[in-house]
Amino acid sequence: MDHVTFFALALPLIVVAAMVILHPNPVYSALFLVLTLFLLAVYFLFLDAHMVAALQIIVYTGAIMVLFLFVIMLLNLQASPRENQRTGLRLAATVGGVVLGIELVLLLRRAPNGTSQNPLPEGFGTVVSLSERLFTDFLLPFEITSILLLVAVVGAVVLAKRNI
Amino acid sequence: MTDFLITFIKTLLVLLMVLNISALFSAWVDRKASALVQNRIGANRAAIFGKLPFNFGLVNSMLCDPIKLFTKEDFIPPNADRLLHTLAPIIAFVPALVTFIAIPFGDVLIVGDRIINLQAANLNVGILYVLAMVSLGVYGIVLAGWASNNRWALLGGIRASAQMISYEIAMGLSLIGTVLTFGSLDLQEIARAQGQLIGGWIPAWGILYQPVAFFIFMAAGIAESKRIPFDLPEAESELIQGYFTEYSGSKQATFMVVDLVESVIVSGLVTTLFFGGWQIPFLARNGFHFPWGGAVLLPSLLVVLLQVGSFTIKILFFTFLQLMIRWTLPRFRYDQLMNLGWKGLLPLSLLNVMVTALVILLTQPAQ
Repeated sequence: MDHVTFFALALPLIVVAAMVILHPNPVYSALFLVLTLFLLAVYFLFLDAHMVAALQIIVYTGAIMVLFLFVIMLLNLQASPRENQRTGLRLAATVGGVVLGIELVLLLRRAPNGTSQNPLPEGFGTVVSLSERLFTDFLLPFEITSILLLVAVVGAVVLAKRNI
Repeated sequence: MTDFLITFIKTLLVLLMVLNISALFSAWVDRKASALVQNRIGANRAAIFGKLPFNFGLVNSMLCDPIKLFTKEDFIPPNADRLLHTLAPIIAFVPALVTFIAIPFGDVLIVGDRIINLQAANLNVGILYVLAMVSLGVYGIVLAGWASNNRWALLGGIRASAQMISYEIAMGLSLIGTVLTFGSLDLQEIARAQGQLIGGWIPAWGILYQPVAFFIFMAAGIAESKRIPFDLPEAESELIQGYFTEYSGSKQATFMVVDLVESVIVSGLVTTLFFGGWQIPFLARNGFHFPWGGAVLLPSLLVVLLQVGSFTIKILFFTFLQLMIRWTLPRFRYDQLMNLGWKGLLPLSLLNVMVTALVILLTQPAQ
């Protein structure tokens, strides 16, 4: 990805990501989050990771965010006035943000400079190469993640149903 | 430059085909066939050149309805969210329309030394692209329901979001069996693989390998296009018109066309994945080769025309089938809808994946 494409995608991405927390209306916030995730998928597309881009849209944009919207509409959340927000929460958020920013800067200083010029390996980003890595090198993390998801599902059912 | 032009023409052709089949053909069949099913005469008033032969409701549905819908007042309710109210029909329309570019409508067209793949966009993750676009379709519906500031519209939007999420899962899982069978996510490759013959004379269409997946996909597809018996989001007798109660004029027309376009997309996918796509039994690139011996050789252009024609006829048939289902069945209750999705179709599609994987594991030699 060259610099022009990078910045043409990065600037709108940062703007819509900021709008998620700046917009007072929760429905608009959720929609900006949808846009953020969609732009991320476009990023993956330009990085030749077609499979990841498709999964990003199917899972995050198409499923998880629809449930977000569903809950926001079901609870009928209204736009929240600024003065209602607690000052303690704001203070904690500011401190957390600053710490995260310092961490990011430190990490960036340790990262190798410039972009890699190596050509991509054959079949990069296709379903075959991705699944080969997933089911050989990363088999254990993959299986552990699926168990984690199963535990989450069972936990949700137990919480929702009082008497099973 | 020529490549760009060819892609442009292909995309234009595909979009025109979808819009024609959905907005003109389906809208007409919807009115006239519903009249036949319900033992009415149906639309028959408007005519151009005297009474017959232009008296089959064609003028009604192809001229009068569009003119009426597009010249009506476009009213936005005073307390509605003006921006999202206007954007919602567009957000619903675009994903539905662009889905079709991944579906192949023919094999290859050979012009001189140039080989043109008859598919608007050749994607190696075609099925995932289609699923991604289908999953985006729900936003227009949900936003229309919310932005209208009307409780019936909101109920319709909420129903739509829950329903479409539930049936997307069964839809995606039912396709895994098909992907396992053909070993590819590329829709053109899947269509080509169905040109082979089982035992020398039965065309190897997907329905023979994956009959269960076909029924699950069809049911989930009708649910995704919000048609009876799954039309809970717009249930007329309960919610007036559901999520688009507060829409009028061309925006309302857009929502009605989106439903029809989605039906055509489901037909296109069913055709491509389970009924051979553009294949005609025994038709190869240079003509018919019959299993009982003998061959009829045909010029390349005629073969291409036959393939595109076969694809179109299959799509028209499945669109017609969906419309017939629409006018035959009553509407589900909401709990029945959820039970069918989560307790019926989902376990069945998981079972289908397991059985398919097991059969493939046992029949194919280890590599």
